[in-house]
Amino acid sequence: MDKNNLPQELFEPLEVEENTSEKISAPSRTFGQDARRTLFKNKTAMASLFVLIFIILLSLIGPKMNEYGYDDQDLSRAKMPPHVKALEGISWLGFDGTLSEKFEGKSVEDATRKAVMRFDNQEDFIDIQVLNEGVEGVGQAKVKATYRVYEAKDMQDTYFWLGTDNLGRDQWTRLWEGTQISLLIAVVAALIDLVIGVAYGGISAYYGGRLDNVMQRIIEILVGIPNLVIILLMVVILKPGILSIIIALTITGWIGMARLVRGEVLKLKGQEFVLAARTLGTANWKIILRHLMPNISGIIIINTMFTIPSAIFFEAFLSFIGLGLAPPAASLGTLINSGFDALRSYPYLLLYPAIIISVIMIAFNLLADGLRDAFDPKMHK
Amino acid sequence: MVRYILKRMMYMALTLFLIASVTFFLMKMLPGSPLKDTDDLTKAQEEMLLERYGLNDPISVQYAKYIGALVQGDLGTSFHFSNTPVTKIIKDRIGPSMQLGAQALVLGTILGIGLGLIAAVFHNGVWDYTSTTLAVLGISIPSFVFAGLLQWIFAVNLGWFPVALWGGFEYSILPTIALMIFPLATAARFTRTEMIEVLGSDFILTARAKGISEYAIVLKHGLRNALIPLITVIGPMAASLMTGTLVIEQIFAIPGLGEQFVMSVMVNDYPTIMGTTLLLAFLFIVIILVIDLLYGLIDPRIRVDGGKSS
Amino acid sequence: MEKLLEVKDLKVSFNTFNGEVQAVRGVTFDVLKGETLAIVGESGSGKSVATKSIMKLLPFPQAVIKNGEILFENEDLLKKNEKEMRRVRGKDISMIFQDPMTSLNPTMKIGNQIMEGIIEHQGVSKSEAMKKAIELLELVGIPNAKERVHQYPHQFSGGMRQRVVIAIALGCNPKLLIADEPTTALDVTIQAQILELMKTIQKKTDSSCIFITHDLGVVANVADRVAVMYAGKIVEIGLTEEIFYNAKHPYTWGLLGSMPTLDAQEEELTTIPGTPPDLRNPPKGDAFAPRNAYALKIDAEMEPPMFKVSDTHYAATWLLHENAPKVDPPPAVQERMKGFALSGAPEIAKEGEQS
Repeated sequence: MDKNNLPQELFEPLEVEENTSEKISAPSRTFGQDARRTLFKNKTAMASLFVLIFIILLSLIGPKMNEYGYDDQDLSRAKMPPHVKALEGISWLGFDGTLSEKFEGKSVEDATRKAVMRFDNQEDFIDIQVLNEGVEGVGQAKVKATYRVYEAKDMQDTYFWLGTDNLGRDQWTRLWEGTQISLLIAVVAALIDLVIGVAYGGISAYYGGRLDNVMQRIIEILVGIPNLVIILLMVVILKPGILSIIIALTITGWIGMARLVRGEVLKLKGQEFVLAARTLGTANWKIILRHLMPNISGIIIINTMFTIPSAIFFEAFLSFIGLGLAPPAASLGTLINSGFDALRSYPYLLLYPAIIISVIMIAFNLLADGLRDAFDPKMHK
Repeated sequence: MVRYILKRMMYMALTLFLIASVTFFLMKMLPGSPLKDTDDLTKAQEEMLLERYGLNDPISVQYAKYIGALVQGDLGTSFHFSNTPVTKIIKDRIGPSMQLGAQALVLGTILGIGLGLIAAVFHNGVWDYTSTTLAVLGISIPSFVFAGLLQWIFAVNLGWFPVALWGGFEYSILPTIALMIFPLATAARFTRTEMIEVLGSDFILTARAKGISEYAIVLKHGLRNALIPLITVIGPMAASLMTGTLVIEQIFAIPGLGEQFVMSVMVNDYPTIMGTTLLLAFLFIVIILVIDLLYGLIDPRIRVDGGKSS
Repeated sequence: MEKLLEVKDLKVSFNTFNGEVQAVRGVTFDVLKGETLAIVGESGSGKSVATKSIMKLLPFPQAVIKNGEILFENEDLLKKNEKEMRRVRGKDISMIFQDPMTSLNPTMKIGNQIMEGIIEHQGVSKSEAMKKAIELLELVGIPNAKERVHQYPHQFSGGMRQRVVIAIALGCNPKLLIADEPTTALDVTIQAQILELMKTIQKKTDSSCIFITHDLGVVANVADRVAVMYAGKIVEIGLTEEIFYNAKHPYTWGLLGSMPTLDAQEEELTTIPGTPPDLRNPPKGDAFAPRNAYALKIDAEMEPPMFKVSDTHYAATWLLHENAPKVDPPPAVQERMKGFALSGAPEIAKEGEQS
């Protein structure tokens, strides 16, 4: 349109449509929708979620994917390396059913002899690769021996995907069985923390006064005790097992949640919308349910998500120092513990449980981070 | 201020007393007997041993004796190493643990702060992503997994460091790295978050509007304010170091307190377990107290309020 | 008079989660030497963003200056790099921020906070800077300045802190002082004191000032000229008297009508209906049209240009077009404008001065 030649009819008053002036231009979303949207947009958190779901599914179906049970002992097939049908052709993946190790000796023969001795004297199934001829009389010869275990035992058609442990138990089955138990312990412990913590913190803050005072003094003393000490003591006196680990983890674990919830409820309690509800004579349970819970649910979820990896860590830690599950039960911690015993010669026994526990911990932490961002109004731009 | 410290000390004493009592009674409830591994003793010999360690007295007498001795700094005598006082065992063992813990805490915190600072200053840049990733890995991967990885790569395969045991400084390098990864990651994360928040605050805008250099803004105005809250996570860090030493000393076969503790648990050596537990609790409580006092000293807002009330 | 600052067709956008927000959509104004220009507008009208771009203090990289020139003493600030900008900040142009509770570093003694800029720009020794800091504190009316320099911000009240912030801004005798709602976060009684202080200081130092506020009452007290901003644009600009006695833009009428005064007892306050537009996709025509009772059909089609009312007075409304129907301000606003013209300035901030 030409600025200097505007048609006259444009200068008539604009007929205002019904109430357009009060229209809110930006679409409105509830806090929950905003949180969900932020979470879904967070690629790392979503990837973590899928990884976790995948691991949980595997831990449920994994033990049933082959015919071996988690405590099927058979010493004749002890310490077999990983062997996977489709991948056995690719040697660097480590699924070809061979063990290799480097040996040093005075001469090549000496080193080879050591290798043969080490690998059950099965000379026919050992490939020797000379790495260093060594110097005559001085030594320092080095050879790399590759031992085709499955052929030596005439078990070419047997496939232990992740190998077997020192008692000949299938490591794949034990790995997922162990993951299942570790996750179970962590989730149950986190849920118990949640229930006790929310109840304690909520009651303490909501009713306040002398009750709050007494409850807080108790917490103040409990907080002073390092949870490591409590957990160790509890596991020492209780019989080793899933239940005792859960009890040990929860006996002080709820305190963090209780303090968090108390702080949050105290803050909310003084805010106008709660005062307004009170002024209108709303019942206590209704205020708690309708006004307080929705506002603290975010912080509870986030805290629980952080509790789970820490519980997984403590379970593994206890099993690792020998205070965890009794054999033959497996958890990620016991697997890692026995993996350490054979680290030099059979690193695969440590590798896979270590990878799984690390991945689980990373995924839970990232997901929890994502949730924290999602519940942070500052992130809802 | 003095009143506050006194009050805190009283809480401390009460907590320690409680822990001591609870530990004592829990130990008494233990299923195994301390003499279990000496099955071939005659009845008379066993009786003599029980008498010697005062295990035939009624529980209340044992308890009173225990607390009485504790007040005088006597933690009892080990069952396992006969005639060795627990205090001596602790004295012999605490050196490596302390060295490891101190190295890990100091190095981890300093490196962590640096990493967090870089991440915050180059917010959303490559450095930020690198350091955030490192921090997530450090917080997530259990220290024993990390220790195993280090041992396998740098000691077993590359042979750069001793695989295990305790000798000179080089023996402490791998365990220190394994142990410091958690404090490092925690400090990095915390510094980053705090720093980003501080850099977004109004007084940083005021400082920018003065035209002073970015360097002064980040270090003088930003870092100082970001570091004050960092003091609060030193407590959890110290706790994690205690947990860490238990496993890391196992993995690297270091003759420290942690290894001793695990061994004592295996052989039901009550006095040593109780002694070490009390020591850990004591250390932890002292650290928390020091942190609280430090916080008051460093933050001018708290300092002055404390001064008024005293 | 000579122009100290000229802002030409400034456009600033923010890249957010939900898309680009056009916070400032082509703003042109200038500041003469020694004068005070007030920029008035509601929250989100872009007044703060526009002035922060002058000092290039917008958050990077979310904020992008899309277009425009900012000439300070005939040099384009937008062409300067960060290092050159630092020599302008605090020395030639200073800024006073809204909330004195958060705009001081809580862990630094206030003396050091004042000295920092002085040492940076004037290269004086620490003791000289300290002397200057004490002088500045005395200038802004803080008693016991000698002891107060060694105190921390939390030992000061809100009003006292704002005086400290002003002292910091005055550190190097800036030629231009930008005050971003300096009284909004203060008690009404303190507001008047701070305004009075700013007026005196400006007279003493003969510096120019941009005064940002959403409160027309404050404007009448301090400003020589007024620019009214709405939805990222200046809709009316003129001498303070012209805006108060002879406003032409319906939005300015709305502001005048909604301003409480002491001498206007008989009428009710009017309100401006509705909310500002979403600046992620600003409307095609006049952004104020949906809230404007006097909107014309052309408002929905085309943005109004600036129409000249007098040499100093411009307004962006189609009502000033020769073809437009003659529209008078609402009677209530007319009453007020007449009232202002008679009594000089609206009496709003006076109550504070009495206390």
